[in-house]
This record gives sequence, C-alpha cells and structure tokens, in this order.
Amino acid sequence: MNAATAIRQGWKKVFGTGAASERPPPGDTSHGTILYLEDISVSFDGFKALNALTLYIDVGELRCIIGPNGAGKTTMMDVITGKTRPDKGSAWFGITTDLLTLTEPEIAVAGIGRKFQKPTVFEQHSVLENLELAVAGDKTVWPTLSTGLNPTQRERIDEVMTTIQLQDRRDMRAGMLSHGQKQWLEIGMLLMQDPQLLLVDEPVAGMTPQEVERTAELLLSLAGKHSVVVVEHDMNFVRSIAKKVTVLHEGHVLAEGSMDEVQADPKVKEVYLGE
Amino acid sequence: MEYRSRVPLQAVLLVLLTVFGVNRACSAEAQPDLGTVVAGLATTNFKDKQAAVDRLVQLRSDSARAVLAAMLDGNLYFRREDNKVFIATAGDTTLALTDPVTAKAAGTGNPDDFSKITTNNSLRKILKSALAGFALSDPDARVRLAAVNEMLRSMDGDNAAILRERLKTETDGEVKKALEAGLALADLEDTDPEKRLAAIKQLESSLSPDVYNRLTTLTTRNDDGTYVEPDERVRVAAVKGVSYIDSWRRFYASIETLFFGLSLGSVLVLAAIGLAITFGVMGVINMAHGELMMLGAYTTYVIQQAMPAQIGLSVLIAIPLAFLVSGAVGVLIERGVVRFLYGRPLETLLATFGISLILQQIVRDVFTANNRPVETPAWMAGSWQINEALSITYNRLYVVLFMMLVFGILLVVLNKTSLGLKVRAVAQNRSMAKAMGVRTEWVDALTFGLGSGIAGVAGVALSQLTNVGPNLGQQYIIDSFMVVVFGGVANLWGTLIGGMSLGVVNQVLEPFAGAVLAKIFVLIALILFIQRRPRGLFPQKGRAAEG
Amino acid sequence: MNQSPVSSPLLKIMLADRGTQIFLVLLAVLTIAVPLLHTLPESSALGVSGYTMTLIGKYLTYALLAIAVDLVWGYCGILSLGHAAFFALGGYAMGMYLMRQIGTRGVYGDPILPDFMVFLNWKELPWFWSGFDMFWFAALMVIVVPGLLALIFGWLAFRSRVTGVYLSIITQALTYALMLAFFRNDMGFGGNNGLTDFKDILGVSINAPGTRVTLFIASCLALALGYLACRYITVSRAGRVVQAIRDAEMRTRFLGYRVETYKLWIFAFSAVLAGIAGALYVPQVGIINPSEFQPINSIEVVIWVAVGGRGTLYGAVAGALLVNYAKSYFTAALPEFWLYALGALFITVTLFLPRGVTGVGAKSASKAAPAKAVTA
Repeated sequence: MNAATAIRQGWKKVFGTGAASERPPPGDTSHGTILYLEDISVSFDGFKALNALTLYIDVGELRCIIGPNGAGKTTMMDVITGKTRPDKGSAWFGITTDLLTLTEPEIAVAGIGRKFQKPTVFEQHSVLENLELAVAGDKTVWPTLSTGLNPTQRERIDEVMTTIQLQDRRDMRAGMLSHGQKQWLEIGMLLMQDPQLLLVDEPVAGMTPQEVERTAELLLSLAGKHSVVVVEHDMNFVRSIAKKVTVLHEGHVLAEGSMDEVQADPKVKEVYLGE
Repeated sequence: MEYRSRVPLQAVLLVLLTVFGVNRACSAEAQPDLGTVVAGLATTNFKDKQAAVDRLVQLRSDSARAVLAAMLDGNLYFRREDNKVFIATAGDTTLALTDPVTAKAAGTGNPDDFSKITTNNSLRKILKSALAGFALSDPDARVRLAAVNEMLRSMDGDNAAILRERLKTETDGEVKKALEAGLALADLEDTDPEKRLAAIKQLESSLSPDVYNRLTTLTTRNDDGTYVEPDERVRVAAVKGVSYIDSWRRFYASIETLFFGLSLGSVLVLAAIGLAITFGVMGVINMAHGELMMLGAYTTYVIQQAMPAQIGLSVLIAIPLAFLVSGAVGVLIERGVVRFLYGRPLETLLATFGISLILQQIVRDVFTANNRPVETPAWMAGSWQINEALSITYNRLYVVLFMMLVFGILLVVLNKTSLGLKVRAVAQNRSMAKAMGVRTEWVDALTFGLGSGIAGVAGVALSQLTNVGPNLGQQYIIDSFMVVVFGGVANLWGTLIGGMSLGVVNQVLEPFAGAVLAKIFVLIALILFIQRRPRGLFPQKGRAAEG
Repeated sequence: MNQSPVSSPLLKIMLADRGTQIFLVLLAVLTIAVPLLHTLPESSALGVSGYTMTLIGKYLTYALLAIAVDLVWGYCGILSLGHAAFFALGGYAMGMYLMRQIGTRGVYGDPILPDFMVFLNWKELPWFWSGFDMFWFAALMVIVVPGLLALIFGWLAFRSRVTGVYLSIITQALTYALMLAFFRNDMGFGGNNGLTDFKDILGVSINAPGTRVTLFIASCLALALGYLACRYITVSRAGRVVQAIRDAEMRTRFLGYRVETYKLWIFAFSAVLAGIAGALYVPQVGIINPSEFQPINSIEVVIWVAVGGRGTLYGAVAGALLVNYAKSYFTAALPEFWLYALGALFITVTLFLPRGVTGVGAKSASKAAPAKAVTA
C-alpha cells in the first residue's frame, strides 16, 4: 500500500494530475494568525536582502509595509510565495502549512495570491480570459483540457468583473487596457483565486487620484474577508488605508504600529525620512 | 683488462689513462700503424675485412673514424694495381681521391682502376656501432646521446665495455641515464643472477620501450614451458619492475591525455569565448559564430596564398587580419540585422542562422566546396619529447599558449579599458548605462565586433589543426554553445573552466568509449548538468539575473 | 479568437476560425482531387503523376511536423530546435517495421536479419528489433518512442526551469547526440546508410499505385486529425493556460498552475505528432537515415513555421508547403542559389514578417494567403 501511495505521489509531483483533495490544505488559521515569518534571512552574493526578519499577519488584517528601496519588501514576498528560498528561518501559512516545502503553484492553490510590482496580466488574452485563468478550481492539465467552467465559476467571474469595473471591456485584449485598469485586472485575478492572504505590491503606482481612491476602497472592502498585505511607497495612500504599518529596513523590521506611531519613531525618521 | 690498453689516443680518455698510467707504457708498443691496418681492408674476403675493421676500431683515432665512416657510406676504394686504399667521392667520370692516412687530397682516378670496398649487413652493424663509439666523445651531448642509443641497439661485450668507460666521465645527466640503462640491459644477459637482479633494480626507472620489452620477456616462458629466466628471484623482480614501469607509463599516459584534453579545451575556449561575450553582454545568440571562425581560417589561407615563401610569417599576419575581417563582418551583422531584434533572443537565433547559411554559400562560391590546404609553419611542426613515454606536439602546445594569450588580452580589455567598463555596464543594466551617457548602440556594435573578431582569431588557430572548408564553423558551433551553457554567461572564467573541463572529459572518455560515444556521453552529461545548474557553473545571482 | 471562448461549445470554436475553415476545405479538396487526378493519364493536362502525388504527400508530413513545432513554439513559447529528432525517431520505428517486412528478399536472403546486420556479421536480431515485424507494435512505437523521449527530456529540462535560448541549445544538443549515435554501425540501425530498400507494407507492395494513394490519403488524414487535435488543445482552457505560460510564465505559476507539467505534456504531445509525421514520411520517400537528425533540419522546421506565421497552426502548414516547394524548385533549378534564398528567408521573416505570410494575409485579405500556400 505504501508503495502505491508513493508511486501516486511521485506521479502527482511529476505530472501534477492528482485529485484536488490531495493538494495542500489552506492555512489553518484557528489561532488568529495567518502568516508566521520567523527569523528569515536571504542573501544574494553576500548582500543580505533579508536579515532575520520576523513578521506576523493576523487573519482579516490589512497591513501596509513600507521601507526604502532595498529594504527587502519584494524579497519578503518572494519568500512567502515560494519564488526565493531563504537561507534560514521559517515561514508558515496558518499553523499547518509550511511554506518552505511548497512550490509556487502549491502556495497559490493553498490560498496566497500575489500582485506583482509591475502590473502583470496576460496581454494577449481578453479580460474575460484573464479572469478565467485565475478562477479557483482544479488547475491540473486534464480538467482544464477536458472541461469548461461550471456555473458557479462563471458567476464568480461576472461578480469580480463588476467589482473591478471592467464589465464593458470583457472581450478586450488585456494589453489594450490603461495602466490603472491593468492594475485592477490583476487585483481581480487575485480575487478570482479566492485567497486567504493577498500580497499586493505597489497597487497604485501610475494611477490617477480617482483611481487611487477607488483602489483604496477596494482594498479596504477586501480586508476582513481576506488578509491583505500591501507594499506601497505612496505615503498618502498608506495613510488612507492602513491601520497597522510595518517599516522594513535593511532586511528586518524597524518599527511597527499605527501610521502616526511609526512616523513619530526616531529610528524611522533617521533611516526612512533621511533625518 | 685488455681493452683498456688499446684506447689511449682519444683526448678525453687520455686524461683518464694518466690515472692508469701503468698501462700506457705497455700499450704503446702494441699500437699498430694506421696505414698498415687500412691496407688490410683491401680485400674481398669479408672475414679479413672484419678483422681489419676491428683493428681500426681499436685505433680510435679521428683518421680511423673517417675511414670507417667512408666505408659505411660506400666511399672507400682500393686501387687494383697496388691494393692502396683511398677515400673517394665519385664524380661524373672520375673519382676524387683522398689519402686515408694523411687525410690529404690525392688527385683523381679512373673508376675502372678501383674496386669499392663493399660491406654486408653484419659489417655495417659493426661499423655503425663503432662509429657510435667514436661519437661518444663528441662534445655535443645530443650527439653522444644518439651514439649511446645507437650502440645499445647492438650490445656485446665490447660495446658494453666502451659504454662503461664512458659512464665514468660522462657529465651530462641524460646521457648518463641512457648509459646506465644500456649497461643494465647488458647486465641482464650476465650469468650471475645477482648482477641480473641489480640490473633490474636499475632498469625500473627507465621508460624506454626496449627496456620494457626486455623485462617483459624475462617474465615469459619458452616454448618448452621453462621460464626464459631461470632464477625465480630475478623473475619476481622482473614482474615487479614491469608493473612499476607500467604505473609510470600510465602516469605519463594520463598526463598526455590531460594535455590533449587541455589543448582540445583550448580550442573550445577559443571557439566559445567570443560567443560568451556576445551572449553574456547582449543576450544575443549568434548562430553565425562558427562561420565567423570559418572566415578567420580562410583569411589565413588567402594570406598564405599571397606570401607562399613566408609560411610562418603569414600565420602571424593572419591573426590581426582575421580579427579585422571577422570583426568587420560581425559589426555589419550587428548593424544590419541583430540590432533590430534586441530583446527577442529566439528571433536573433533564427536570423543569425540565416546569416550563417549565406556566409557558407559565399565561401563555397568563392573558394569552392573543397577543403583548402593551409600550411603549418616549421616551428609548429614536430613534437617536444619530454621523456620516452611522453611527447607533446608543438601545434597542441601552441594552441594552449595562444588561447591563454587571447584570454589574457580579453581579460585586460574587459577589465582595464574604458570600452570594457562600458561593456560591463551595459551587460549589467542596459537602461541605467544609457542613462549614464554610455552610447549603448556603439557599445553593442563594438561588443559584437569584438566577439566576432575573437571568432576570426580562433579560426586562424583552427586552420592549423583541422581542415579549412565551408563546414568548418558548423563542426564547432554546437560544442561552443555547450561550453557557454556549461560555464555560464556571467564571466570569462566560466567559459575558460567550462571549455577546459569539456575538453578534458572528452579526452578521458575517448579511450574507453571511442570518439563518437565520448561526445554523446558529454552531451548527455551536459543535458543532465543543466538541470542541476540551469544557468551554468557561474551563474549571475540576485535580482538582475531574474529579469 | 474574439469569440467568447468561455461560453461557446468547443466544436463551434474549433471551426469558427476563418483560417481553420479554409485549411480544412482545401485539405479535403486535396485529399479527394489528387488521387482522382492521379487516375488520369500523366500526359493529360490535369494528370498528377505518382511522383508528384508522393511529393505532395511528403510535404503534408512536413506540414504535420510544422504543426507540432507551432504548438510548442507558437503557443507555449518553447523554441524547440530538436523536433526533427522526434520526426526521425518515428521514421525509424516505421523503417524498422518495413525492414522486417523485406524477409528473404534482401541481398543476403536472411529471413530474420536485415541486410546490414548480415553484412556486419551479426548472428541474431538485437532485442530492440523484436516486435517490429508486427505493424501494431511498430505503430505503437511510433508514438511511444518520441513521446517517452520527450517526456524524459522535457521533465529534466522544464523541472529545472531551463528556458529560452538555453532550452533551444540543449534541444540542438539532443538531436546532435542522436545523430552521432545513429551514425554508428553498432547502434544497430544501419549506420549512415540507414534503413532502405523497403518492399512491403501491410502485405502489399510499397511501390504499388494503390499503396501510394493510400499513403497519400493517410497523410492527409493524419494532418487533418493532428490539426484538429492541436486546435482543440489551443482553444481549450488548457490552451489558454499554455499561452499564458508563453506570455508571463511567473504570473501563471502564481495563479496556481504547474507550469512545468503543462509544458511537459504539450511538448510530449507535440513530439508524438512529429513521430507520426516521420512514420508517414518514411514509406513515401523510401529511406530513413541519420542525416534526418541533423541540427539544421530542426532549425529549418522552425523557419517553416516562422514563414507561415506562428501561433495559428494553419500558418505552419502554409509555411511548410511554401518553403518546401521553393526548396524543391530551387535545388533543381538553381542549386547554389538555394542557401542564399533560405538564409535570406530567415532574416527577412524575423525582421519584417514577425507574423509570417498568413499574418500579412490576415490583415489584407484573410482568404488569400493560406489559399495561395496550399495550392503552391
């Protein structure tokens, strides 16, 4: 029996056509914390991108992460999503899912969605197809080859399409969208995944003030149902959405608290505001 | 011993004999006159001739040596009417005579009046080894060494005695070694087993194939089942000696393989390094790289055609010219095609492949599809004999040196010049370099030209090692890519180590697997290697590499 | 592509594309017309000689190979420069069957051993030749051998995320290594002479007119089925995932797709198509030898696809037919000109026609380009 299981698991690893139930379970958040990053270090050629970083995110929280360039914000997201393996430290999603043992797709399926710093949508696909690609469900080869979407998934697409206000552009090529619309489409794709934790890297870069405002509303509406981590440079935007702010500097947490507390912190003033 | 008393005339031995001064007095009386001995040669009876030769040898004078040499060359005659012996060189109708005793010209003679003093095989053998004996005291160590080797070919008691004598005064290390080996070989024939044992001990350090064969014979049996060597201790020693020599021969063979590998690796590095530059700096796969090497090889050919009398010089001139020709073609390719395709590496690959086809066809139309003969200069022919088990051909040696030179120059160009600085800047961050005022277009063209020029230089080297034909480039392009893939594109050292290791691995596998299978193994190993290290041995790390 | 793929039935989408419709109609016409015209005497104006029919049949197998390359390159962004290897492996599998059909009619008359083995003094059939006397087994191997090689190679390459030009280069190494291996006599595949002098296929003479017609029609059908299969894949959700991988691999991964697995399957399927194409090619040209593994062959296939326009499937067909017709014409009429033409083709297509001839046609008159290609 063991051999059979081993073979099945090997087959699944190689060819990825296992049943949905065999995929890693979503994070167990019964302890109220969804993400545990502890003592994580990453270095590239001697440069320490992350230096013993410890960070916890609570369920339903909206957390903003700020920090000067090179503070390790993007590397932190890379570690959480499996793109970069840390040299040491641990990363848990809930209390049962060890992120360091999972691949990027496994982490995505387990319930962590990520928006890149540079808006990344599938430019050759239509808006509709972009959302379809992101839809939660079985993402192995055979089901996607043999079946279409079920009615629930279709409804979900329509719902998200409305949320990101792209209903009238559903058949437009995503490459034709404006910068802000691409940002939203990407956020929409995150929503389609129905993740427990959203990592949003610079969501308002290049947006008009109206678009920024609507994005802030969107993110605020997501918090509560999901946990959201926002990395952003735009201080006004951060102030408008953040309850709790974490300041990263040289790969570790420099300060944590409300925006006012953080801004008052002398260490933050020194390194971040250049005083 | 008797022979010692008969050799007093040689200058070196004279010194020796002052030590054994006692013998000198008694030997003087026994000294026959050169003229008498030479006259003894004027016979058709080979036995008499041999006796006369023996006596001549014992004279050990320069004049005697001249006579023996003339006899060996067939230049010794006697006048039929008076049996007087002359050294003679045959002209058209007459013989130019020289008196062997006085070594002075003795007019000319009619060939019909003279008989040649003929030699047979056994006589010639004696003559050769006798002459070698004379050469033993030549001031030139190389002549002495050749003489020793000549004498070893026909060992007998006399020769052994002469060699033993020589050993006492010999100062040159190599000649000394050869003497010892030769004497030990002679000792193997000795009836005393202790002597044979000692000889084997001594022979163990020799790498000569003669010694090896001789020792191997000692370990075999005769047809009747008895051992060739009756004494068991000697046999055991011989077996040990053979295996000891074997291990040394294996050691030298592996050094040779290593060297072959390094020279093959050098060719690969030369072929790949230009590719690594264009790939590493510009992200461009240049499939026409092989054809740029081909152009370099043809440049060498054309220059040789232009100056057929100066082969050595032509190769030296070809190096900068090939750099210019291939470099210019490279710049043309970059300006004409590649620059429109930046950021689309797969398209660049296809377009440059098209260029490679065109270049091949141009060469076919200009030089025909046949291979062109490119001559190798004299100073690159031949080989460097390090010892009897190890020799290194000069062309392989030069290719290694040449590769190191090119590599060194490239290192300097890339690390110490302002062009190099700009090239590295563009390689790391194109848009930032542009923002800093680097003319990236210009850097691109020059980089491509540099890479292509190196290909041309590699072509000059290849023209000395392989056939120069339109397919020259194709043979090397896949190998060069393998080197780049293996070494990684980030730095030149990766290419160096990649090329060298591929070359060595190929050569190491070849004896076991044959050339083709070795190549297949290397390719498979590389495919497996890539999945361990997808970006080569020396990958670029960090954020920049992800882009 | 502007149809709404999420809600429409799949079959409708498959045929909704104008290029696909034109391609299928023309292929159907070809399948019926050529064998019919072949029955006319060769002297008549419309008569198609057996030679011409077999030549077109050969082009059609090339077209199938081109589709296979388009599937991985045009849709998945994997520039395979080794697909001719899968083609050749399929061809060898078929060739081995045909060799064993020769029986005692070989030069040496050995009932079991092919001539080249007798010539090499081999006493018995190597194990990997057993079973090839049965057509079903050979047909199975046509699929299994290229497919398995592609799975193993792809697994090694994709799992370690070898992409872009690195991948292209090692596919070249793959076909190069296979070429060297097949050139060796002791590999047991006929060395550099390859496999040839075929007599029978499925009990009938391979040169009989009826066999030739059948092989031609089989090539047409294989092309049609291969095309429809690829079309099905590309319009399915999996097809959109594959294109998403081509455009933004990282993004696709973060959406939860196992990118490697998708690449692996699409690569293996494509290799199987190439193998089938090779298996149909061999009985029509009557020989298979190691030169089919030459690295340049695989690169040429890519240029067919580029000429026709990648990422459309019908473009690959058009490109394969156009380039091969041109090649046949030039190598006969102006042999020294062919390499210049081919070289120039590589350059002009990449510089000026990134979407290929059908891409140009699609803009001006969507009918014209593929139509011209197929009749050429």
